[in-house]
Amino acid sequence: MRDAPIAETSAAVNTVPRARKVRRARWRLTYVNKVSIATCIGVLLLWQLASWVEVVPAMFLPSPLAVAKKLVRVSTDGFQDATLLQHLLASLGRVGAALAGAVVAGVVLGFAMTLDETARGIIEPLLEIYRPIPPLAYLPLVIIWFGIGEGAKILVIFLGILPSILIATHDGLRSVSQDRVNAARSLGATHMQVVTRVLLPHAAPSILTGTRIGLGTGWATLVAAELVAATRGLGFMIKGAADFLVTDVVILGILVIAFVAVAMEFGLRLLQRVLAPWQGHE
Amino acid sequence: MAVLDIRDVVVQYDAEGDELVVALDHVSVTIGPGEFVVALGASGCGKTTLLNLMAGFLQPTSGMTTFDGRPILGPGAERGVVFQHGALMPWLNTLDNVAFGLALKGVPRDERRERAREMLRLVGLEGVERRRIWELSGGMRQRVGVARALTADSQVLLMDEPLGALDALTREQMQELILEIWVRTAKSIFFITHGIDEAVFLATKLLVMTPRPGRVAARLDLDFGRRFAAGASASEIKARPEFLATRDRVRSLVFSSRQLASVAS
Repeated sequence: MRDAPIAETSAAVNTVPRARKVRRARWRLTYVNKVSIATCIGVLLLWQLASWVEVVPAMFLPSPLAVAKKLVRVSTDGFQDATLLQHLLASLGRVGAALAGAVVAGVVLGFAMTLDETARGIIEPLLEIYRPIPPLAYLPLVIIWFGIGEGAKILVIFLGILPSILIATHDGLRSVSQDRVNAARSLGATHMQVVTRVLLPHAAPSILTGTRIGLGTGWATLVAAELVAATRGLGFMIKGAADFLVTDVVILGILVIAFVAVAMEFGLRLLQRVLAPWQGHE
Repeated sequence: MAVLDIRDVVVQYDAEGDELVVALDHVSVTIGPGEFVVALGASGCGKTTLLNLMAGFLQPTSGMTTFDGRPILGPGAERGVVFQHGALMPWLNTLDNVAFGLALKGVPRDERRERAREMLRLVGLEGVERRRIWELSGGMRQRVGVARALTADSQVLLMDEPLGALDALTREQMQELILEIWVRTAKSIFFITHGIDEAVFLATKLLVMTPRPGRVAARLDLDFGRRFAAGASASEIKARPEFLATRDRVRSLVFSSRQLASVAS
């Protein structure tokens, strides 16, 4: 009976202008992109020009070409008993391990802090006390307590990354609307299902943002951690090269860190777009 | 046999400054099988508090809340809720939003999607299964919310101003759609609104509520919704003298009770 009105109304609603299709991200250069690329090329040219006319001695400012040659040399012959790849992998391993640990700890502690008053009472003051301290300040203490091994280095980087992920998780969880939680509960969700099927996906975009910010701190801390008693790593390579005034290797190390950090940032942004396409649509 | 029974319920909040706010003051409501109960009132009259009690999101300070004779101790799938702003999950597509309740119960994917597809058809949404929910219009989103509550096979639908955020045209279409669904599925419905026309058109039982403290000031038994379900057109019903008279009566009830409330406070 009475099929007509449903058909009518659905037709009317379905003719509402089709919502924008989510456009696939295509690599089209915007005006800003073009200016950015021009800037990078400009700086490179200026650098080449400066070293060419020898504004400063090549010992202090090697040309881009010299650095590029060094890239090949260090990649094949190595610097201080390790090739560039080995230095890079040592650093990546440390940052990777610290990041993985910080994501797990940050998400778990962030949930605990949001869901449990006691946990919040414990975590909040500790976090607020240690968070503003620069990693370089507590690095000596970590070395006194945990020695100069691999664990101590990863710990320092971990401590540098943790706060941003923890705070982002907490913020993400707090922003969930009561209606959304109630909706799940009225559909029969258990407490655990509310956590895994509502709160976790809801906080995911925020957690990823926290991870991106944390990664920046992670790289900054890495170099500090590798200044002490490392035998491999990009930070160690830079420090070693600086001690002998091998400026081209110093610049090379800096550029490699910059390149890897930018690559990871873009990777995470891509991940964010794939995992949380609804971000900005709520 | 009552499906949902709220008996002599008081709900108090501790507001700031030791002030005790009485959200509901000795309110009783019964929703029988197949009834369409509408709560009408200005904001602050406790209609959402009443719905939260029925849904089990809230426990009363005193009084009894029962469903099928059993006390309501928490939310449950037999009491489906439709929210004003949808409260959909943006990480799920339209179909999976509708199937969400079944997914929570562990129903296999193909089976729950089949059921969800059926419910989408019932609310007049087809061909949008794979759409992201933010690509849907407000009216479509509310249909998804209704379909989600229906898929969980609830016996009562609790609707918290489900049409409040919609434009006037969509709103009228949705009123008719909700009546259609009500008749087809034989569910009981509790519906909150502050639209007088809407309340009079939909209700079989209308509660006029007043704020501070939240009370039911008047109860009316109506049948305009049933007449629509029996085949009369909405525009014809709304033009009838009885409809207009009832609407005016309800309006004066709402406003006089509001004055009473302001005099009392």
